[in-house]
Amino acid sequence: MVDASTSAHGDLTLKNLTKNFGDFIAVDDLDLVIPEGSFFALLGPSGCGKTTTLRMVAGLEEPTSGSIFIGNTDITYEKPYKRPVNTVFQNYALFPHLSIYENVAFGLRRRGVKDVDTQVQKALELVELTHLSSRKPNQLSGGQQQRIALARAIVNRPALLLLDEPLGALDLKLRRAMQIELKWIQTEVGITFVHVTHDQEEAMTMADTIAVMNEGKIEQMGSPADLYDDPRTAFVANFLGQSNLIKGLITDRADNSGIVDVFGTKLSLPTIRNHAHDSSVLLGIRPEKIRIAPAGAAMNGNILDGGVISDASYIGVSTQYQVEMPWGQELMVFEQNDDGTPPLAKGDPVVMSWEPIFTFGLAGDQDATAGSEANPDSE
Amino acid sequence: MKQVSRWFSRNLIRIYAVLGFTYLFIPIIYTIAFSFNASTKSNLVWVGFTWNNWLNPCGAPDVCNALGNSLKIGVLATFFATILGTLMAFAMGRYAFKGRSIVNILIFLPMATPEIVMGASLLTMFISFGFNPGFWTIVIAHVMFCISFVVVTVKARIASLDPRLEQAAMDLYADERETFRRVTLPLVAPGIAAAALLAFSLSFDDFIITNFNSGDVNTFPKFVYISAQRGLPPQANVIGSSMFLIALIIVLVGQFVGRKRTGVR
Repeated sequence: MVDASTSAHGDLTLKNLTKNFGDFIAVDDLDLVIPEGSFFALLGPSGCGKTTTLRMVAGLEEPTSGSIFIGNTDITYEKPYKRPVNTVFQNYALFPHLSIYENVAFGLRRRGVKDVDTQVQKALELVELTHLSSRKPNQLSGGQQQRIALARAIVNRPALLLLDEPLGALDLKLRRAMQIELKWIQTEVGITFVHVTHDQEEAMTMADTIAVMNEGKIEQMGSPADLYDDPRTAFVANFLGQSNLIKGLITDRADNSGIVDVFGTKLSLPTIRNHAHDSSVLLGIRPEKIRIAPAGAAMNGNILDGGVISDASYIGVSTQYQVEMPWGQELMVFEQNDDGTPPLAKGDPVVMSWEPIFTFGLAGDQDATAGSEANPDSE
Repeated sequence: MKQVSRWFSRNLIRIYAVLGFTYLFIPIIYTIAFSFNASTKSNLVWVGFTWNNWLNPCGAPDVCNALGNSLKIGVLATFFATILGTLMAFAMGRYAFKGRSIVNILIFLPMATPEIVMGASLLTMFISFGFNPGFWTIVIAHVMFCISFVVVTVKARIASLDPRLEQAAMDLYADERETFRRVTLPLVAPGIAAAALLAFSLSFDDFIITNFNSGDVNTFPKFVYISAQRGLPPQANVIGSSMFLIALIIVLVGQFVGRKRTGVR
């Protein structure tokens, strides 16, 4: 059964990939190259088209238009069983009537591989579940089932492993452990992993490269640090972690940095992090980058004065403040509880500052709250 | 007095269960008990205990011929009804086609039609087609009314099947045929088995439709009905009791196997 398409390998390339369900555009003219051997995450809120994209790569959904390549082989309309692609399904989809051993051996047997036993044992060793090989899937815990689903896919040594919200059904502690394990396994086997998730922390922990998807399009792609430190759109800034986005006007441009007028205060914005098309800008700063002190304290860097604390919550490692600014906006500040000073209280007038290098600028014509309602962390 | 009423209210469900089961099982106990009755002509009055009926189940004239016919008809009807019904269930459960909702309703009609009406109209149909009622008209009639039950039973099983399992099989290099053989069929099999058992018991048990369409072929229910007027031989009770015991064993074995499979202890 081994032919050109099942043995294809190389980068995964999506060209103008589009999928419509009736009038609804699930995936909108997607162009994407996922390098061979990388751990790639498609991150986005539910309904953003990430799972549909994955299913088209797996061959479980036919694209409306566009094409999918692995290396130089076009697999756009290839049957799922003829693709060098295996999937770890959201609820694992282990065959309930087969033993764990037979579940893992399933793909090998269908391809007529010779040394099934050796390979199954190796895969079970990789996920450390050799002792469960004669059990049935429903005798296993969720975490064990998850690892068997992974072994069942990896044993086939596909060019591409697709993971559809693989950790969604596990509890938080197990999910953390599995994140580390998945990352380790990917490094171990060297297969390209494409991981679909709505959990930004999961994506950031595991992936080399993250593509943030929204409404069928990729908003931004890059390393976790790139996306976090230098978001290009309000959606990315709010969906990946939390951001303070303040309306402003660029009044002065120099080579390295510009000056932004924010309700009368002049703040510095590094030119490489300015993504506004014109002088209208949303000035962004992450809450944990901001230093906060009682009004009148000496500060340097970008300084915002005149705020009043409207809410303070002490959460152990840090204290989270809501600071109401003179123009009515509430800014978020996360302050590490590491300097022995007592937390500020509600109603205290404060001054805030941060290193100008952490500032980023987004196009001023977008909704400053885009993506924040979709972020499960910002509830 | 207070204690009595408290005991009563605490055990109400148990008392109710005992009463319910007594009501359900008394007729069966009677059937079994009277299979040991040493009666000669009519099996309505207790005469005395004997093993003779069990040692000689074919003792009454024509009883084993009738039983043989019922078993043959039951097996044939089950075979055809299960195959046809399963295919229909897959078509209706898996594929969207024009008129599917109408077919879904039509499949219920044979179950809702009074048997007496169906029996009579089947006879009319067979005669107008020029078929003589006999063994094969019974089989055709039985297949017909069993199909609906098979379709409904198998379709329920198919509906409960997670489509991702088949997608996972396809993802793991199984083509359409292999996916059906290795995943779909084994998972639907318990539903098909249940449908086959149901079809067999419906066929074996049927009197009304059979009576219309059997001509001079005798089946077990027909035998019981006819001999009841002259005096039922105890062999009928022997066969009835055996069927009950066989069914009981099948259910128990099924439970045991099911438990072993799912690992519930």
